Amino acid sequence: MKFAMTMRAVASTVAIAFASASGVAMAEKTTLNVYTALETDQLKAYTEGFNKVHPDIELKWTRDSTGVITAKLLAEKANPQADVVFGTSASSLAVFDNEGMLLPYAPKGLDKVSAKYRDPKNPPAWVGMDVYGAAICFNTVEAKKQNLPKPETWADLLKPVYKGKIVMPNPASSGTGNFDVTAWIQMWGDQKAWKYMDDLHQNIAQYTHSGSKPCKQAAAGEFPIGITFEYRAVNTKKQGAPIDVIFPKEGLGWDLESSGIMKNTKKLDAAKALMDWMVTPAAMELYGKNFAVLAVPGIAKPLDFVPADYEQRLIKNDFAWSAKNRDKILAEWSKRYDGKSEAK
Amino acid sequence: MSSVAASSPGVPPLPRVVPQVHWQERLAQGLLLACCAALALFLLGPLVAILVKSVQDKDGAFVGLLQFREYFATPALRESIWNTLWVATTVTAITVPAAFVFAYALTRSRMPGKIVFRMIALTPILAPSLLSSISFIQWFGTQGVLKHLLGSTSIYGPLGIIMSSIYATFPHALMIVLTALLLSDGRLYEAAESLRTPTWRKFFTITLPGAKYGLVSAAMVVFSYTVSDFGIPKVIGGNFNILAIDIFKQVIGQQNFNKGAVVSLVLLLPVLVAFLVDWWMQGRMQSQFSSRAVPYVPKKKRWFDLAMFVYCATVATLMLLVLGMAVYTSFIKLWPYDLSFSLRHYQFGLIDGGVISSFFNSLEMALFTAVFGTAFIFATAYLLEKTRGAGWTKSAVRLLAAIPMAVPGMVLGLGYILFFNHPDNPLGVLYQTMTILVLSTVVHYYTSSHLTAVTALKALDNEFEAVSASLKVPFYKTFFRVTVPVCLPAILDIGRYLFVNAMVTISAVVFLYSPDTQLAAVAILNLDEAGEIGAAAAMATLIVVASTLVCIAYALVTRFLLTRTQQWRATPIA
Repeated sequence: MKFAMTMRAVASTVAIAFASASGVAMAEKTTLNVYTALETDQLKAYTEGFNKVHPDIELKWTRDSTGVITAKLLAEKANPQADVVFGTSASSLAVFDNEGMLLPYAPKGLDKVSAKYRDPKNPPAWVGMDVYGAAICFNTVEAKKQNLPKPETWADLLKPVYKGKIVMPNPASSGTGNFDVTAWIQMWGDQKAWKYMDDLHQNIAQYTHSGSKPCKQAAAGEFPIGITFEYRAVNTKKQGAPIDVIFPKEGLGWDLESSGIMKNTKKLDAAKALMDWMVTPAAMELYGKNFAVLAVPGIAKPLDFVPADYEQRLIKNDFAWSAKNRDKILAEWSKRYDGKSEAK
Repeated sequence: MSSVAASSPGVPPLPRVVPQVHWQERLAQGLLLACCAALALFLLGPLVAILVKSVQDKDGAFVGLLQFREYFATPALRESIWNTLWVATTVTAITVPAAFVFAYALTRSRMPGKIVFRMIALTPILAPSLLSSISFIQWFGTQGVLKHLLGSTSIYGPLGIIMSSIYATFPHALMIVLTALLLSDGRLYEAAESLRTPTWRKFFTITLPGAKYGLVSAAMVVFSYTVSDFGIPKVIGGNFNILAIDIFKQVIGQQNFNKGAVVSLVLLLPVLVAFLVDWWMQGRMQSQFSSRAVPYVPKKKRWFDLAMFVYCATVATLMLLVLGMAVYTSFIKLWPYDLSFSLRHYQFGLIDGGVISSFFNSLEMALFTAVFGTAFIFATAYLLEKTRGAGWTKSAVRLLAAIPMAVPGMVLGLGYILFFNHPDNPLGVLYQTMTILVLSTVVHYYTSSHLTAVTALKALDNEFEAVSASLKVPFYKTFFRVTVPVCLPAILDIGRYLFVNAMVTISAVVFLYSPDTQLAAVAILNLDEAGEIGAAAAMATLIVVASTLVCIAYALVTRFLLTRTQQWRATPIA
C-alpha cells in the first residue's frame, strides 16, 4: 500500500514535471488554447496560414467532433481552459453566448463579412467563416444494381422505390440532422414539414448518430442514399467513393463554421489577433479550398461537385428560432419516429 | 483479538501479542480507509458532480424531480428500458458460460496451445471497440461477406448489438472466471477420485461451487458493461433504442447534462442489485484454497482434451476472423468496391494522423495505468478481504468498486471535468495532465480488475493471516511474501488487462486529453468520423501490433516470474 502511494506520488510528480517542462520550452511564445471542431487536415493549413502573419503566437488545438467539443466547453464553464473557440457550429456558439461564456469582439474587417453569416449583435459574440449545408450522397454502383433512379429533390425521396434505402442523421444526436428538420419546418411550415417527415420515415432504413455517417454508409453501399452535409459529401467523393452528390433544389438547411473569444481569456491580444486573421481574405482563401460559400462574399471559387447556385439554395435560416424551438421539435420528432422505429 | 487466536487452533493466545497485533490491525484499517477515501475522491466526487445535475435545470437551480418526470414521460422510454434489459440478459447468458468453458479448458485440461489461446482471447480489447463493429458490419452488413447466414434479419439492431457485445465482453468475463478456476485445491479432486466420484459429480460439487463467486462477478460485469456501453449500439444498433444511446443523445447530441444525468442514474440501478447480490454472497463464500491446499494437476484425458481444444480453437478462430477483417480493411483501397492491395492508409495514417506522438502518449498512459492501477487495486482488495473489522469502510469500498462498470465513460469524463476543473478544487492542477488520464482510466476499468483480485484473494485461506499474526509477522510481510507470490497470476492478468484497455479507451478520456496528451485511440475515432475507415483500421492495426508485442514480452516475463514463484504449481499457466 505504501508502495502504491509512493508510486502514485512519483507519477504525479513526473506528470507535473513533464507538463511544466513543456511549458518552459514555449515561454518566449504566446500559447493560445483553441478548441475546434474543424477537420485535422484543415487545421494544418490554417495554422500555417496564421503563423505566417503571427509567428509569435502558437496555436494549441483541442479538436473533436462538434458534440464532444460543445459538451466539453460547457462542462468547463466554471473554469474555462480555452482562449478561443474556432471553427465550431454557430448553433453551439449561440449556446455559449446564451451562457455568457463569450466576449463580443468586432474583428478588423468585420464590415466585409456578410450580415447573415455573423452574430447580428454589435459587437458580435461570434463571427462565421464558411457555410456547410445539407447534401445527399447517392451511390451510383448500388443504384445500377438495384435499379434506383437518381433523386433530385427532397420530394423525390418519398418515392416507394427508396423504401429501406435512405439513411439520415437523428436530429436528437446530430447537428446536421437537426438543421435538416428545422429547414423543412422553416421552408414548409409545421403541417407540411411533419407530413413530409412522416412519409420520409416510411423509406428510412436508419437514423444515425452522426452527420457524416449517412454519407459513409452510402459510399460503402450499406444503404445507397445518405442525407449528410456538403463538406463530407464532396470529400468522400474526392476520396474515390462511387457517389453522386445531390443538393435538393427546394432548399437546404445549413450551419456556419464560426469562432468567438472566451470571456475569461488572459491572452486577449493573441485571441483578437486570431479573430482578425480569421476574416482576412488570405484566411478566406484557405477556407475556400474546402467550402463553396464563405462569410466574406466575392472570394469563393467554384468547387468540384458543388453547383454554382449553391448559395441560392440555402434557406433563410433563423438561428434564434431554431435554438428556441429545439427541445419542442426534438420531443415531437422522438414521439413520432423513435418509439416505432422497428416497424419497417 | 481473541477471534484471531480462536480461528487458528493449536496456537495458544499469548497475552503479550495483543498490543502489537492491535497496532497492525489499526494500521490495516487506516490504510483501507485511505483507499476508500481515494476511491471516493476519484470516483464518487466526479460522479456526484455530474449526477447532481439530475435535480437541477440548465441554469443550475434546484428543480427536484422535474427532470425525472419529464424523462419518464418520454413515450419511447419503456421500450428503451425493456430493450436494454433483454439485450444485456441475453449477452450475459451467452458470454459467461462461453467464458467459463474456455477458462475450464485452460485450467482443467492438458490441451496444447494454452498460451496462444489465452492471448487470442484478449484480442477483443486490443483494438478499439469501434473497429470490431466495423468488422461485424463488413462480415454481416448489407454488403457483408456472410450476410446470407442471417437470412432476412438485419445486423443493424439487437442482433448486431448482442454479437458485438459478446465479443467485447468475453475477455472481461474470462479474466474473472479464470482466476476463480485457477485457485482450486487438488486434494478435493484426489479425494473425489479415490471415492470414484463420476466426473459430472466432481464438476457440480467441487468445480462449480468453487467458481461460484467468480461466475456471479463475471455476470455482473458483463451485464453492467452491456448496459452502459454506447459505442457498440451507436455503430451497429440501427434504430434499436437502448438507455446508453439515450445518454449519448442527451449529452453529445443536445448537451443536456441534466437529462443525461437522469439516465445515468437509471443505469446505476443494476449496480445496486449487483452490490446486494455480492453482499448476500459474502457470508456464503468459503475459501477453497486452504493453507494446506495442493494445486490441482489436470491429468491427460485424450477425448476431453481434444474436445476442449476444438472448443477453444473455434472461439479463437471466430475472434481472429473479427480482428482479421479489420486488418484486411487497412490493406485494401476502398471497401467494398476496390479490394486491391494498398499501403496508402498506413502512409496516410502515419503521416497525417499525428500518430507517432499520440501513440507514445497512449503507451505512456497505458504503462502508468497498468503499474499504479494494479498496485492500488490489488492492495485495496487485499485490505478489504484480509483486514478484520472496519465493517462500514468495507461495505463502502465494495460498493464503490462495483460502480465504475455501470458508469458510461462519457459520464465519468464529464464528471471529471466538472469536479477537477472547478476553480475551488485544490486538485485542479491535475486537470489537463497525464495524471488525470491515468486516474480516470484506472477508475473506468476498476470493477473487473477489482473482482479478479477479490476472486483470487477469496480463494486463499485466511489461515495464512492468522498464522502470521500468531507468529508475530506483520501483515504487510505476509502480503509481500505469501499473498502476492501466490496471487501473481491474477496480479499479472490485471496489469495486462489495464494496459490493453488503456491503449484503446476513448469514452472518458476524449473529454480529458489536452493538446500535450493526445491519444492514439482518439485519433482513430477522428479518422473514422472523417470517413477514413481504411486509415482508422490501419492505425488500429498498429495499436494491435504494439499491444501484442507488449503482451508477448509480458508473457515471457510472466513465465520467468511464475517459474520462480509458482513452483508449487505443477502445470504452467499462461
